[in-house]
Amino acid sequence: MSDVLDGPGVQPDLKVVGTRPIRPDGADKVTGRAAFGADFNMPGQLVGKILRSPHAHAKIVSIDTRKARALPGVKAVVTGADFPNLASEMHEGGEAASNLRDLAMNVIARDKALYDGHAVAAVAATSSAIADEALRLITVTYEVLPHVIDVEAAMSPDAPVLHAHLFTEGLEVRPTSASNVARRNQITRGDLAEGFAAADVIVEGRYTTQAVHQGYIEPHACVAAWVEDGQCDVWSSSQGQFMVRTYCAKILGLEISDIRVTPAEIGGGFGGKTTVYLEPLALALSRQSGHPVKMVMTREEVFRATGPTSGAVILVKLGAKVDGTMTAAEVELKYQAGAFPGSPVGAGSMTALACYDIPNFLITGWDVVTNSPKVAAYRAPGAPIAAFGVESAVDDLARKLGMDPLALRERNGVRNGVKAAYGPTFQNIGYLETLAAIKDCPQYSLPLGPNQGRGVAAGFWFNVGGESTAAVHVNEDGSVVVVTGNPDIGGSRAAMAMMAAETLGVPMQRVRPRIADTASIGFSMLTGGSRTTFATGMAVVQAAEKVVADLKRRAALLWEVPADKVEWRNGAAVCLDPAKADPKPMTLEILAGQSARTGGPISAQVSLNAQGAGPGFGVHVCDVEIDPETGHVTVLRYTAAQDVGKAIHPSYVEGQVQGGVAQGVGWALNEEYIFDSDGRMENAGFLDYRVPVASDLPMIDTILVEVANPRHPFGAKGVGEVPIVPPLAAVANAIRSAIGVRMADLPLSPPKIRAVMDARAS
Amino acid sequence: MAQLDYLAPLKVEDAVKALAATGSYALAGGTDLLVQLRSGRIRPDTIVDLKRIAGTIGIREEAGGFVIGAATPGAMIGEHEALSRAWPGLVEAVSLIGSTQVQGRASLAGNLCNASPAADSVPAMIAARAVCVVVGPAGRREVPVEAIGTAPGRTSLAPGEFVLEIRLPPRPARSSDAYLRLIPRTEMDIAVVGAGVNLTLDAAGVVIEAQVALGAVAPTALLVPDAGAALVGSKLDEASLAALDTAARAACHPISDKRGTAEYRTKIAGVLARRAAFIAYERAGARA
Ligand SMILES: Cc1cc2nc3c(=O)[nH]c(=O)nc-3n(C[C@H](O)[C@H](O)[C@H](O)COP(=O)(O)OP(=O)(O)OC[C@H]3O[C@@H](n4cnc5c(N)ncnc54)[C@H](O)[C@@H]3O)c2cc1C
Repeated sequence: MSDVLDGPGVQPDLKVVGTRPIRPDGADKVTGRAAFGADFNMPGQLVGKILRSPHAHAKIVSIDTRKARALPGVKAVVTGADFPNLASEMHEGGEAASNLRDLAMNVIARDKALYDGHAVAAVAATSSAIADEALRLITVTYEVLPHVIDVEAAMSPDAPVLHAHLFTEGLEVRPTSASNVARRNQITRGDLAEGFAAADVIVEGRYTTQAVHQGYIEPHACVAAWVEDGQCDVWSSSQGQFMVRTYCAKILGLEISDIRVTPAEIGGGFGGKTTVYLEPLALALSRQSGHPVKMVMTREEVFRATGPTSGAVILVKLGAKVDGTMTAAEVELKYQAGAFPGSPVGAGSMTALACYDIPNFLITGWDVVTNSPKVAAYRAPGAPIAAFGVESAVDDLARKLGMDPLALRERNGVRNGVKAAYGPTFQNIGYLETLAAIKDCPQYSLPLGPNQGRGVAAGFWFNVGGESTAAVHVNEDGSVVVVTGNPDIGGSRAAMAMMAAETLGVPMQRVRPRIADTASIGFSMLTGGSRTTFATGMAVVQAAEKVVADLKRRAALLWEVPADKVEWRNGAAVCLDPAKADPKPMTLEILAGQSARTGGPISAQVSLNAQGAGPGFGVHVCDVEIDPETGHVTVLRYTAAQDVGKAIHPSYVEGQVQGGVAQGVGWALNEEYIFDSDGRMENAGFLDYRVPVASDLPMIDTILVEVANPRHPFGAKGVGEVPIVPPLAAVANAIRSAIGVRMADLPLSPPKIRAVMDARAS
Repeated sequence: MAQLDYLAPLKVEDAVKALAATGSYALAGGTDLLVQLRSGRIRPDTIVDLKRIAGTIGIREEAGGFVIGAATPGAMIGEHEALSRAWPGLVEAVSLIGSTQVQGRASLAGNLCNASPAADSVPAMIAARAVCVVVGPAGRREVPVEAIGTAPGRTSLAPGEFVLEIRLPPRPARSSDAYLRLIPRTEMDIAVVGAGVNLTLDAAGVVIEAQVALGAVAPTALLVPDAGAALVGSKLDEASLAALDTAARAACHPISDKRGTAEYRTKIAGVLARRAAFIAYERAGARA
């Protein structure tokens, strides 16, 4: 089932927006013509490879690269010593802020290796085999240190400390000794004790999740070329060519204008490609060798050295009246950050109670460094983890109160005018409509068989706006090129072309969307935070509106009438001056053909900082069946409803929702980082890191609820992140309903379920 | 610098000679070997492709049984109608390996000689009482399948030896087999436990012969005679299935690893043995 439910504020009479044309990049992708990161090559390029720490935590005593350098065919060897040491400085990237000093030390270790897989040296050679041999010839002397990966163990006072300079921020009193706790944040309202005292029913739970990887199919890849005059070119697959440019400039101490980054097609990112790993190393190797350098990660490297998201411990306590009115909530979140501060616990804290209107609450978040790869953004960073705890507890509360779980959520659900737990006052939100959509969906009332269970869960994500640039060029034949600076990770080319076509009044097929390098379009923040259709889309629409205004002016010039006597209708200028004897409308084509006579090329560029992104809500229902003898869980049915504002291209919005659910189900059932007792990752490959395969999932039904965002020209809200927030708890709640036992430690893999079945039987 | 030679001999003798050198590896479908080569787990000097040697690819019926060339890909096995009728359990085990692409290459001998305790076709071959024809410097010998693997990644093959073909015995009436594995997902995964059961019934539906083999519950795939014996003389009543479950579990001595705890694997061995026995019994009854 796939439904689009038009709600308040949606514009009628749209011709292109809301339809389902074939995507402009579709043929390239199905024919294999699309050029991804590893598809780019330059004449004379070298192969770059990385030597990685085999230890989870070790002092780097010395690195001897002499033998490697002496090997014929080796053209460059770099270590941390070849990079400047940066001062601590925060940089806002679009999805999450990064400390540049830490970022640089994550790209290549300096005096310490902080996780298994941390880069310690890199080589460039004339062949892959020589590069491998060179890595074997590098001798690193390590002094192995005790390591810590578990988040609560890392918080303990006797844990090995990763960074001697790290003193917990956000406490009332600044601590006197360094620890692994980077920060504590708190959000509070009302009086917690009073709130719990007023409750008739209280539920409490402790929940855990493991680190999980975004699992994008395309490994990181780039080619970098450093020319003698200091000009650099980088071709790479990322979520933002401008992000790559900024980070490379900072890490290598270069002028931004000396670097040009050309984005490759991207084979998945999900937040994981919002930072750099290879590009600065490839540039340094190219500088030293004088040749272009190509680097491509293996899958093992992707798992060991690129960002997963946090493993976490979540504590939740909820209080409610017998009628279901929630009186108090206490949430504590402890998130692994990996080797450097910056877990998504801040966003986890802000989203934890965002679906609920509760008078008294306290949310405490802990950002904790651990000897594991530095976490990177992963779709609604931090929110699925917090929602797993809160939505499991809400499910238990509903059970204890004997209430329908949707009714309990509706009773306490946020609506317009309510002050969100994280601060602002909600406007134009569609949470209640989304709850109602699930209540009314066929799945919610289907009867269940033996060993089957049903769970629901809700989820929230802010969505962001931010800085974007778009240019619209009308060609002399009336065709249109739309240029933006945002890699297309979720169908945004289609959305950009459709919004431009709608505004110009031409068919979408006449509009060709292009994604430009950093020298060919103005700055844009990366594709992340569900911002592109909203923010870059807004720039596209404004640029197209400028073009329309210009076209009207040109038509007025040709007709010799005042500009206000021209209107733009269905892709053509219409003359409103009754004195003119029947002038035929002048189409875009006609005006484009005469542009030289009316002022030259027709083109407009808009750069903006988009404000007013609309937050999104999702409500999911999941049906499972358990094999009681093996503990295997089959997801039988799944329906996801989401407030999407306005779906510009409904099929691609549905695709986003289904993709988020698929990843969330994997997170719930089987995905996890497994470390051995030395802190080495044991399952750095898709065989033992189990993302769901197609046959693991049923058809994921979607319901798009459209409550328009008035701040966007067509009402769009971000859609890509919300759908990964509810599934963890939706699956866990379904299993709870099937087996009668609350399972609180992800992943809910067969051995754990079988153990619960055995305990229940005895 | 390391060098890698690739040989594709046409004759058994040439392959034997090439494989006798240290650092030589036999290549069938390469779906294990090439993965290990790429990951750096093995660093061969020479790869000896067996697929051009006559008889290594193909299936023939001989003396009432089947002879399967060592490098015959899974897809050919899965499409062979007579083999599928006689040995549905073995064929379903082979067909579980990997994906459509992997099926185009993956072979029985490769699955066996890679010596993973979790290899899917191996318990099914053992339950079928399959025999390997091994050729080598000392000539030709016949070895039961369960004698090939000695430990994870290790075989009893001497330098220069390789498996030329795999022979399945003649099939009496009212015989059939079944293979089941447990994986956390639904495909593209490695068995946490595998169980193969091969049964022959009499006219009254009583089990007169039973073989049970288990995978991934010990360093090598196991033939479990006690488990087979638990079924003989029964019509798979509750008591005999319970005895089968107990015998299967008693034979397990698995490790706990990232793929499952020893305790879980042991329990599942009993569950799958029962379920596979049930399927084999139904199939055997239908082949009256
Ligand atoms: C994506 C993927 C999924 C997989 N899924 C499964 C699965 O579900 N179940 C499963 O059991 N396996 C699975 N495998 C592993 C592999 O496909 C099987 O083990 C396959 O049967 C190996 O056969 P091959 O012909 O490719 O062997 P090869 O890779 O050619 O050889 C494997 C080993 O056996 C040796 N060898 C090969 N032939 C002979 C011979 N005739 N005599 C002596 N030694 C020989 C080789 O030297 C090598 O050491 C999977 C592999 C991949 C890549």
